Amino acid sequence: MNPRKYLKVYINFLHTSLASELEYKANILVDLITAVLSLIGSIFLLSIFFQSNGNIGGWKFEQALIIQGIYTILNGITNTWFNPNLTEIVKHVREGTLDFVLLKPIDSQFFISLKKINPSGFLEIMLGFFLLIYCTKINQINLNASFLTLSLITLLCSICILYSLWFFISTTTIWFVKTWNATEVLRSFLYIGRFPLNSFSFSLRIFFSVFIPIAFITTIPSEVFLGISQFWKILLEFAVAMVFLFSSRKFWLYALKFYTSASS
Amino acid sequence: MVSKLINNKIFTLLKVQYSNMLEYRIEIALWAISGVIPFFMLNIWTNNNLNESINISDIMLSRYFLCAFFVRQFSVVWVVFSFEEDSLMGKVSPYLIQPLNPFIRYFAQHLAEQITRLPFALIIAFFFFVFNPESLWIPNLGILFLSTISTFLSFLIQFLIQSIVACLCFWTEKASSIERLLFIPTLFLSGLLAPVASFPEYVKSWIYFTPFPYLIDFPANLLSGNKTNIIGGLSIQIIWILLLFPVFRKIWSAGTKKYTAMGS
Repeated sequence: MNPRKYLKVYINFLHTSLASELEYKANILVDLITAVLSLIGSIFLLSIFFQSNGNIGGWKFEQALIIQGIYTILNGITNTWFNPNLTEIVKHVREGTLDFVLLKPIDSQFFISLKKINPSGFLEIMLGFFLLIYCTKINQINLNASFLTLSLITLLCSICILYSLWFFISTTTIWFVKTWNATEVLRSFLYIGRFPLNSFSFSLRIFFSVFIPIAFITTIPSEVFLGISQFWKILLEFAVAMVFLFSSRKFWLYALKFYTSASS
Repeated sequence: MVSKLINNKIFTLLKVQYSNMLEYRIEIALWAISGVIPFFMLNIWTNNNLNESINISDIMLSRYFLCAFFVRQFSVVWVVFSFEEDSLMGKVSPYLIQPLNPFIRYFAQHLAEQITRLPFALIIAFFFFVFNPESLWIPNLGILFLSTISTFLSFLIQFLIQSIVACLCFWTEKASSIERLLFIPTLFLSGLLAPVASFPEYVKSWIYFTPFPYLIDFPANLLSGNKTNIIGGLSIQIIWILLLFPVFRKIWSAGTKKYTAMGS
């Protein structure tokens, strides 16, 4: 591992994929409108839930907006990095072009996870941050250094968990070849991340914190943001993120042993 | 004679596409699973007693969301993604030479997929009733018939809208991003995530002038036995189809004139 080499390669990745994406300028504009409408739509849905109730699962509307903000940031990151790259694995396996990736003198997971970038997700990330800043105002949160570092750490852990989930599902392609729709299943489950975990029934809560840790992805960072999270939860999130990252890496290396290239 | 020929064509197409779809049954099962969002929404509604404000009982609401799931399962359309790929790969050229509109081929594909999907949707419904035995009901044959028709009409509306978007591929290379934009209002306004009855007044006043509530809310209300205007709903669905079909014809004939195969 040579960090400088990887950095240099990554800058080249950025350059080529930005150049190719900017070919479709109108497309980026449409994607931007989609991101704005999507946020408006989910706030609209949230307002329907709150129109008669003061709180849902113990969360007030202003507090639930924080979850929306964090979800929007994470969704933007998914659209910028995970979605364009990890759906590509399916194509690589189906057409046998994974051979070319494996032959390169560079880590295959690095190559596959970061090759492409979709700039229209940036706006979504920015929208999410704006919403969060607005939330600090309406929830009267005073920003200080320890609060910011904790929020940042939990957010980074969420990104790691999210990445590992995507990578896990995409890796199964090596056996099943067409897992396009498996990522779609994950996407629809992740949709739950827009709402506080406590608003679901007990059995679903267990499901979404043990089997698919969506609870960790948005609810814990939001709790940290509000300053109501216990310390053990933050530690747990950190541990879960590490376990996920580590095991997804191991899983990829294990799966590669079964890769037989196309038509062989 | 002529009608027999057409029937024959459609029958053959359906048979071919059905066997094609059976090849990918796992993929279709995953598609079916990815449509479970209405159940999560139902969980939020009932778990927080939100339905009291809109005067729909728990049981009626759970039937509504089950029906919304069913209607969505049988009105999913992806023609724009298929057409975009075919048009980028140059596969549209051989289709255009044949004396058959390529969209009839896509139409058969969708119908065949729905037939393949039926058993999976039924299995999911079975599990739904296992977990919610009190919401079990059997709609009478007349209602079942009418709601099948209105689901099919909803499918037709979406198929026409997406075909119109797909025809934009003749002008721009990435028509699917326009479809993703259109999907946002479909998601939030069609009644998939919350019944239209629960929407605030300022939305209800104009929403019935758009096609969205007739895509899921109307057929789902019809099937689940919630209050709805049967004749009004069906006729508006038909009006939308009559409005959209000429648009499709026009854009198709304009597009095929514009079409140039790759490399010319």
